[in-house]
Amino acid sequence: MNEHLFFQRALSPWMNEEGPDSDIVLSSRIRLARNMKQYSFPTVFTNEEAIQIVQLFEHLFSQKRFGNLGPFVLLKMNELQTIDKRVLVEKHLISPHLAEDCTFGACLLSEQEEASIMINEEDHIRIQCLFAGFQLREALKLANALDDWIEQHIDYAFDEKYGYLTSCPTNVGTGLRASVMMHLPGLVLTQQMNQIIPAINQLGLVVRGTYGEGSEALGNIFQISNQVTLGKSEEDIVEDLTGVVRQLIEQERMAREALVKTSNIQLEDRVYRSYGVLTNSRIIGSKEAAQCLSDVRLGIDLGYITNVPKTILTELMILTQPGFLQKYAGGALRPQERDIRRASLIRERLYQWK
Amino acid sequence: MICQECNQRPATLHFTKIVNGEKTEIHLCEQCAHEKGEMFMFPHQGAFSINNLIAGLLNMDASLKEPKAPSFHNEHILQCERCKMTYAQFVKVGRFGCASCYETFRSYLPPIFRKLHGGHVAHEGKIPKRVGGTLYVRKQIGQLKQMLQELIAKEQFEKAAEVRDQIRELEAKLNTEGGASLHE
Repeated sequence: MNEHLFFQRALSPWMNEEGPDSDIVLSSRIRLARNMKQYSFPTVFTNEEAIQIVQLFEHLFSQKRFGNLGPFVLLKMNELQTIDKRVLVEKHLISPHLAEDCTFGACLLSEQEEASIMINEEDHIRIQCLFAGFQLREALKLANALDDWIEQHIDYAFDEKYGYLTSCPTNVGTGLRASVMMHLPGLVLTQQMNQIIPAINQLGLVVRGTYGEGSEALGNIFQISNQVTLGKSEEDIVEDLTGVVRQLIEQERMAREALVKTSNIQLEDRVYRSYGVLTNSRIIGSKEAAQCLSDVRLGIDLGYITNVPKTILTELMILTQPGFLQKYAGGALRPQERDIRRASLIRERLYQWK
Repeated sequence: MICQECNQRPATLHFTKIVNGEKTEIHLCEQCAHEKGEMFMFPHQGAFSINNLIAGLLNMDASLKEPKAPSFHNEHILQCERCKMTYAQFVKVGRFGCASCYETFRSYLPPIFRKLHGGHVAHEGKIPKRVGGTLYVRKQIGQLKQMLQELIAKEQFEKAAEVRDQIRELEAKLNTEGGASLHE
């Protein structure tokens, strides 16, 4: 396949499918951290070891075929342009750490981008599966299958007591991180989110912004994931998260209903003002763009806006990140130039559905 | 808005810091943000990360143990034979060097894991089919036995008999495998 597609399309093909509860849950992700017995972990391994590990996986995936995901493409970090790496980060296909700090890092991507394997990040491999909407179980199933397939050929570092051995003690055991991206404008507008976040934290789950640790919840998008990886089975971890997400979906739906009931015209006004900003502005920062996109998406979900597809929020959120903007501009852009580009890109995209 | 650091360029990066519940807003241009190490896109750089937290946690344990340490004069050079990582280094970086480190530092791990994983210290999840060896089969037998009990309770005896046969088959497999590895 043409690997340039990975860097050009903002929406991974899997995102175009409408998953369950997709009015609130944008995507579901499962990540498994695995290491090999015979090599030192990436924190201390030698360059030779790192190169061997990449070769091992390159060989495995070129010789054998996993399931029906089609061939995987191997991309080596030291052979990619900075902007291209950034684009992969913005699409959540690789982590910022792999893009920035891992000289011998690489990733294997499936054609539809629903599966990616990071090599030589913090652990030897991190298997990641992404699904549209609320499909954690399906994502776990695929990740497990890919994991089993790899295990037929690779000796994992596994301990009877501690399970899968990972570089960081926070991942030991299952090595599993399950997470969902949720669009929660209703809970933010009704100011319930501030109370909900601490409650979720108490359940051993973490709430973060879109781009992981320390990032702000741009566009009312929150990432919710498990913290504990040891002492619970994979299924239980996913079940526990699923339970909390179900509740959040309920709460968000209730908040939206209440908003429509009590302040319908104000809400409609807000949605159309944001739509106006997006379709008319000439300079727009990422924060404002994200907020307006969130409003428009809410407007689509509530039926105020009917001419724009739902995927607009995810697509434009990704498309207007610095990496993608620069990719489209064909080179580096200064912050001010980015804001101009962002505005024109959003206008062009929205014009399509006028 | 003008960058509050250089007071020249426009501020394009806006941070909200919450320290002990106190909220401060910072507005910077990209250059100044870079210099201050607060690049927005890649927050792990320079920012306080989970790393620091873990290292802090491990350190705390080490300092608790220190006063008792002198009697074990070799404790301060507890080192992984394979990757040469010392316990002191492990505490500092908050990362294991290799699979053998888990063996070397084994006696120190339960309190650390307990804190990180809500009181849990042992793996309950998946077992790799090949590397997990007999453990995988033993766990399968455990699950089947549970299923057997449930079927008997529901008086589904035909299905229960099938499950019983499966258990026998696995146990036989376990015995021959265990026997084979003894002779190696």
